[in-house]
Amino acid sequence: MSRSTALHGAHIALGAKMGEFAGYDMPLYYGLGVKKEHEWVRSSAGLFDVSHMGQISVKGGEGKADAVEFFEKITPSAFSKLGIDRTKYTVLTNEQGGIIDDLMVTKTGDNEFHCVINAGCKDKDIEWIKSHLPDSLEFKYYDDWALIAIQGPKAESVVRDVLSVDLSGLRYMGLWAQDDYQMFISRLGYTGEDGFEISVPNTAAVEIWDKLNAHDAVEPIGLAARDSLRLEMGYCLYGHDIDATTTPLEADLGWVMGKNNDSYIGAENVNTPTRKRVGIRLTGKGVAREGSEIRNENDEVIGTLSSGGFSPTLEQSIGQGYVPVEYASVGTKIMVNVRGRNIEGEIASMPFVPAQTKSAKAA
Amino acid sequence: MAELKYTKDHECVYIDGDIASVGISKHAQDALGDLVFVELPEIGKAVSKGGDVAVVESVKTAAEVYSPVDGEVVEINEAMVEELEMISMPVNDNGWIVKLKVSDASALADLMDEAAYAEYLKEID
Repeated sequence: MSRSTALHGAHIALGAKMGEFAGYDMPLYYGLGVKKEHEWVRSSAGLFDVSHMGQISVKGGEGKADAVEFFEKITPSAFSKLGIDRTKYTVLTNEQGGIIDDLMVTKTGDNEFHCVINAGCKDKDIEWIKSHLPDSLEFKYYDDWALIAIQGPKAESVVRDVLSVDLSGLRYMGLWAQDDYQMFISRLGYTGEDGFEISVPNTAAVEIWDKLNAHDAVEPIGLAARDSLRLEMGYCLYGHDIDATTTPLEADLGWVMGKNNDSYIGAENVNTPTRKRVGIRLTGKGVAREGSEIRNENDEVIGTLSSGGFSPTLEQSIGQGYVPVEYASVGTKIMVNVRGRNIEGEIASMPFVPAQTKSAKAA
Repeated sequence: MAELKYTKDHECVYIDGDIASVGISKHAQDALGDLVFVELPEIGKAVSKGGDVAVVESVKTAAEVYSPVDGEVVEINEAMVEELEMISMPVNDNGWIVKLKVSDASALADLMDEAAYAEYLKEID
């Protein structure tokens, strides 16, 4: 029996095609269909229910740094200098240096953090965190909170119109909290567009969803377009592009690692990699999906696509996969085998499509 | 008007003598969403009833097109690879993906006509 989010009824009422994802019955697409939903997010504002993701918080003692130290132990990132209400993308590592999950960590106070973790990893993440949690820290799981994403160039104006909140001054990866702490808005997402994730109690979720969805610039967007949007950005999907057997360096996520943090769990096993996660663009005709073999020009198998699909923006097939480092330079010619047929392609830089996030635009 | 036939896997078939033109039904097109690629077989390929004959890809997924009969591929719609919208045209116009030379006409008896297919869609809905 699948779990469902507080917005399940809203999806059904909108006529969504539902399907199972990470144990949840979730909308895969709505009336527009995947391609138009994808394009809608890139040109207007798309509304996503991402309440299946987990929200947790870890709080340390006042005047102490025990929560900061804890996050520098369970992730390879540095948190002591991170500003309050600022968010970092990072990973949880296991003793072998593999990735248990990727997550967003927001510093909500000098010594307290709020995290958003993947739906499919929630249970094991919470167990892992609790098993390493010092007694001095307070852990909370917000299992009765919803998460709604609004993504696209019109997201800021939609939030202003609908929620009467002016977020024009909020930086990328910044957090805004309502005075009564019953609504939190972060300027980030999984699409490469400017946009927000809105965290509210389940009891408030349907009303906010309906109000946002009623805006002319907004269409609801399912998980299928969420996947093609993130694929264009080269973002990882846990369980596909990263997992317990890939280290942050193999995953090309070295940038999440703090310069002076060498004491996180598994650090001694995160070494110079011999294989690397790369972007792959097909130059020949066809669509290559997860599991397709990557071959060199001598037709020898050098890796497998960890995700892949058609990019509506580029109108060609793109993907990610792991290849030996000698094949990892951008421009290296490769082939991807689809149903016995080799399709020509090359290693491509990611993102495949330029990010339109607030900081990317300002830069 | 020529009669179109259907399979349980949502292929749409038009029979003209011993040639079967095979495409996919409107229902299958709606389920797939916008097509992004059609993979065609080689001309001359022998196909068996229920075996793969082509693949249609949408943003969402890849779907196999199954042969409704035993036979051989005699024509492939290469124009469709460039003009994917052609898939929505009738199979007896330009909406066919492959044309097969039917070696065993008895399989044609298993195909549904328009009314039976409409009934079938209601059943599986």
